[in-house]
Amino acid sequence: MTAVPISGGIDLSGNRRRHRREAWIRRAFFAAALSSVVISGAIVLSLVGEAFSFLSDVDLSTLWSSGWYPRRGSFDVKTLFVGSVIVTGIAMSIATPLGLGAAIYLSEYAKPGARKVLKPILEILAGIPSIVIAFFALRVIGPDFVQSINPEAPLTTLLAAGIGVGILVIPLVASVTEDALRAVPRSLREASYGMGAKKATTSLRVVFPAAISGVVASIILAASRALGETMVVALAAGGSGGSQFTTDPFSEGQTITAAMIAVAQGTDQVAGGGGGSANLAYQSLFFLGLLLFLFTMGLNFIGDRFVRRVREAY
Amino acid sequence: MTAVTTPLPASTSLGRRGIDYWGLAFQASLVFCLVACFGLLLILVGGLIGDGWVVFDERGTDFLRSNLSTRPAQAGVAQAIKGSLMLAGFVVVIAFPLGIATAVYLEEYAPDTRVTRFIALNIRNLAGVPSVVYGLLGLAVFVELLGTDMNENGGITGGRSLLAGGMTLAILVLPIVIITAAESIRAVPQSLREGGYGLGATRSEVVRTLVMPNAAPGILTGTVLSLSRALGETAPLILTGAVLSTFFTTPNYSIPDQITGDYTALPVVIYTWARQAKLEFKGELASAAILVLLGITLLCNAAAVLLRNRYDKDR
Repeated sequence: MTAVPISGGIDLSGNRRRHRREAWIRRAFFAAALSSVVISGAIVLSLVGEAFSFLSDVDLSTLWSSGWYPRRGSFDVKTLFVGSVIVTGIAMSIATPLGLGAAIYLSEYAKPGARKVLKPILEILAGIPSIVIAFFALRVIGPDFVQSINPEAPLTTLLAAGIGVGILVIPLVASVTEDALRAVPRSLREASYGMGAKKATTSLRVVFPAAISGVVASIILAASRALGETMVVALAAGGSGGSQFTTDPFSEGQTITAAMIAVAQGTDQVAGGGGGSANLAYQSLFFLGLLLFLFTMGLNFIGDRFVRRVREAY
Repeated sequence: MTAVTTPLPASTSLGRRGIDYWGLAFQASLVFCLVACFGLLLILVGGLIGDGWVVFDERGTDFLRSNLSTRPAQAGVAQAIKGSLMLAGFVVVIAFPLGIATAVYLEEYAPDTRVTRFIALNIRNLAGVPSVVYGLLGLAVFVELLGTDMNENGGITGGRSLLAGGMTLAILVLPIVIITAAESIRAVPQSLREGGYGLGATRSEVVRTLVMPNAAPGILTGTVLSLSRALGETAPLILTGAVLSTFFTTPNYSIPDQITGDYTALPVVIYTWARQAKLEFKGELASAAILVLLGITLLCNAAAVLLRNRYDKDR
């Protein structure tokens, strides 16, 4: 038998029209992907442009004065910065222990059946809009909790806002940490039990350290979320017209984000450009936005690094 | 011969020695954390239902069908619901196709080059940008740049309009749509694609007939989650100019006029009412409006989470 040579005819290069169509489809998808680059470019451009004109127009000495009163030309950045640090600090000192505790329980102690019910509920709770927590902080945490500790505190305080933000990010900490703990291989736990370790020891001394990068990442991501949280602070911390420099959590105050809302809702002349100090107030929005953008980007970058380390571990 | 049996010393008993108080305390504190997490949120929701239910009890669905009013007894959230749904429409029309297409490009088409890695990194970063910063983008681009023409009129977007707010929200959730869609596309087994190529299908045919149907449940989950996120966002809407207004009350408003006109949305109404001096507004009416918002967003979230869990089980 002789092999019959394939003579002519069969063209493996395919239909040319089909190729052209493929190329177009590919280009369309690429164009969609570029949109994200365009968006981040637009964010950076709009922030930097207006922030720059703010810095060139403003009297720089007002950036370090006695309070944040944009309408009176007083743009003290440290007031807002300290406010943000206080609120984020309070939020994280509530969310970290509660979130980690809940995560360890769900991952190590809870029976599979209970876990199957509780984890989805936690994820659903993570979707509660921040305006809802903001309302809770204003109506319940402020009067019922903060004022019962310190009767002289006003209705709206940095403390109330910080607790509200803490409640908001608990599900985030718990959910991401739980994922990290579950990713620790079973063999590690079994080895620990084999050495005679108790459950608590295994959880704390073996599983937790093995998952530490994921745990730290969840805390950093939550801190970044807390720093960027806007509505809770805008509603529950007071200071809608501006605020004095303060380090006391029992007083009214503003964060970077809350100050942005205060300037924006203030009114139409601000958003329209207007003139004089109203225009400066409008530009100050973008200056604050740029600051916030840089802080959260920095935190996210660090968090991302930790997440990549946990991926390499197993 | 005598059998020598040495008894084990009593101290090597393998049973537990006494009660492990420390371990119990540890477990108790973990339970406390868990209970606190859920308890705080239960108190929150319980309180809201307690306050807000009064409104539904007295007025039934009238609260959902009435327009905004300065008189508490007549105030309702009809315009806010309509505004929120129309904003959600922008998210569906702009963010979903764009986000899914980007995910398909990144997972199926993109070569592993610097450009691709840059785009992927960029999207991860965008997902972490606070929503209020997106509001600033909307303010600068959609309200100011595209919203004013030479004669200080509305421009393309009509300034502080539904269109500007909707586009801002669409951009806000775009990274979430992309990331979740890309994850579910990545989870489709490679063998399926290879089977398709083996039969002579082109890349787009493989994507359309094999990858997308298999990734669909995951993509749907992500889109629903992002929709619920968009519905609950307040800060970007305040920055791009949602107001409490007589939105849609003019009977002959055409659709384009509605889109480029004033608008309001549920979260903005809640925010405004919570700041009112009148007790009815900042108490029961705001609570009732929150119940409406929570009902919508939590239903979306629950649907998404259940869908995903069911999908995970099937695989």
